[in-house]
Amino acid sequence: MPPAVVFIEAVVLAGRFPLLSGLSLEVATGEVVHLRGANGAGKTSLLRACAGLLPIASGRAEVLGHDLLVDRVSLRRAVGLLGHAGFHYEELSVRDNLRFALRASRAPLERAGPALERLGLTGRLLDTPVGACSAGQRRRLALAVLVARAPRLWLLDEPHAGLDAEARATVDALVAEARVGGATVLLASHELERAAAIADRSVEIAGGRVVPAATDSAEVGCDVA
Amino acid sequence: MSVASHPVEAVALTGRALAPARGARIASACGLVGLVGVVLTVWLGLWVTPPDAYMGNLVRLLYIHPSMAWDAFLAYGVSFLASAAYLWPRTRDLRLDRVAGASAEAGVVFTGITLVTGSLWGRPTWGVWWTWDPLLTTTALLFVLYLGYLALRRLPGEPEVRARRSAIAALVAFIDVPIVYFSVSWWRSLHQGPTIQPGRSEVHGSMAWTLLLSFVAFSLVYVWMLAERYRLAGLQARDEVEGLADALAERRAEAGMSRAGEAS
Amino acid sequence: MWRDALLVAGKDLRVEWRSRVGLNQVVPFALAVLLLFGLALGPDAARLRAATSGLFWVTVLLAALLGVQRSFALESADRAGDGLRLSGLDAGGIFVGKAAALGFQLLVLEAVLALVAALLYGTPLEGVGVLAASCVLATAGLAAVGTFYGALAAGTRVRETLLPLLFFPVVAPVLLAATKAWSAALGRSGGGGVGWLALLAVFAAAYVAIGTVAFGPLLEDS
Repeated sequence: MPPAVVFIEAVVLAGRFPLLSGLSLEVATGEVVHLRGANGAGKTSLLRACAGLLPIASGRAEVLGHDLLVDRVSLRRAVGLLGHAGFHYEELSVRDNLRFALRASRAPLERAGPALERLGLTGRLLDTPVGACSAGQRRRLALAVLVARAPRLWLLDEPHAGLDAEARATVDALVAEARVGGATVLLASHELERAAAIADRSVEIAGGRVVPAATDSAEVGCDVA
Repeated sequence: MSVASHPVEAVALTGRALAPARGARIASACGLVGLVGVVLTVWLGLWVTPPDAYMGNLVRLLYIHPSMAWDAFLAYGVSFLASAAYLWPRTRDLRLDRVAGASAEAGVVFTGITLVTGSLWGRPTWGVWWTWDPLLTTTALLFVLYLGYLALRRLPGEPEVRARRSAIAALVAFIDVPIVYFSVSWWRSLHQGPTIQPGRSEVHGSMAWTLLLSFVAFSLVYVWMLAERYRLAGLQARDEVEGLADALAERRAEAGMSRAGEAS
Repeated sequence: MWRDALLVAGKDLRVEWRSRVGLNQVVPFALAVLLLFGLALGPDAARLRAATSGLFWVTVLLAALLGVQRSFALESADRAGDGLRLSGLDAGGIFVGKAAALGFQLLVLEAVLALVAALLYGTPLEGVGVLAASCVLATAGLAAVGTFYGALAAGTRVRETLLPLLFFPVVAPVLLAATKAWSAALGRSGGGGVGWLALLAVFAAAYVAIGTVAFGPLLEDS
């Protein structure tokens, strides 16, 4: 199996600011990798770059066999990004948003029902406009989109944020299931213990690059795992 | 970051190779000859050539207005070609983007002068500051179109992104020009309004030579302006690249800082 | 591509159906503009009648600007535009879809405005065929240019001010041709209606084609 993600000295710029400053990372297919790092370290940028949303200024970047310097579009149906934003239309209902997302990414519509149920989005909520939903409910919807799309690469940015205990457990279960299904998962999280429990390994990011893990906390993570 | 084909590195290279001594010398020569030509044009135009039978001394605007308009269209043409060449994958080069921007800036300056001198000329000859003549109207619309283009260029952003965005905008703006010209001419031809023709004047002898000289002189001035503006844009790009190396170093250094923060 | 276009157009129209921003804000705005023109040029009935087609189309242009801004505000809220890109939709399809939805809304607006303008300015609507045809063709051009520049401006921090500067000069021929076609239909100027329609068609075709091709690079830059 070729690796799912290969970044070599990748630089990503926002104007003149380097979001990634020469990041190197390799993730094997089927691996669950936890990205750690302070705010602004570059975790979100790495996930967005993996989704083909950010242009690579220099270096090498391949995701699921697609060279991102050549083509950042063709891989998008195979990856799923859970970002800080939900990519929803406030005026459309929960159900309509999910159906649109599935149609747009050519995923079968039959998966919508089970996915909504899995995330506890049922009843009256289905017809509520997303603009009227709570932050946690919007987060669940974004997760439901991901579940229904069943991507080969899951890019999760703070997946536990804003969720209640039950939903957080669901997230952990979803990651485990995705992995059993052969998908690769990159997950950025500040909840070190929780993330360490579901990840195969953790990677420390600082200043827009992967840095050698600070030994003490990394070992704590391994022990928990 | 050692591969030369990296865009970041490529910018640095083109930035350094930007002012080869020969090109700079040719540009300066153009500027010098052009300026001498302009001085000659002024002298010939104001003192040597005779006043016109119809327009009297006003005819002397002939030595500045048409050549300005010519320069403006020449500049937009160059800008369009450079933009199109930038969009063509085989000739994609940030230097072309700089040429497009520099030429468009010169074009806007010349268009401005064209409009002002045309208006000054129109008032005494036609009795109005402005008339909805196709050429005039098209020129005025070009002026605002390219002001928009320059506004777009001035937005901050990554050089490649800015270049592609600007090149697309330039193309879209440029194909509007024939449509505008055609529609305005047609509009005028349908409305049998008071189309005002300037008195037909014979241009001959010293007048013809002065007119020709003005075209050559102002074209050379355009080349010189373009070359200087292009050189400046290259220097700015090089600054950006040098700034980038610093920015990268600074960004990487954050790692040490956050580590120190964790430890404390 | 067509499938993607239909999907995106359907989504935009559904959002409008749910939010009624166009109906509750853009339509009243356009009516207010028509009234203001009446105040500026009236109450001389002959002058208003002569100016009807021009005033109508300037109003449509202003409303089209608001329509474009609304169309891209949808996508920037909650980064839905990123969602469109992430789902791997064809860029040309997104362009055609958004332009079609915008054009459809503009056509509805034009129908309302035409009736109100006819009433306010005392201009009987004659030559309805030419009036309608010029609306369809002009709107296609406006929607194409608007969607194109809307996406271009949406990626920048100065979109509110940049969009009108880019949009209005480029659609100048649409204003001219549509106004003249209307004047011809309303019997205000001698003939030429069909020629102006042809010009509108050329404009629309050129910008729809360019937009479909150039939208991909534009979308990826923002």
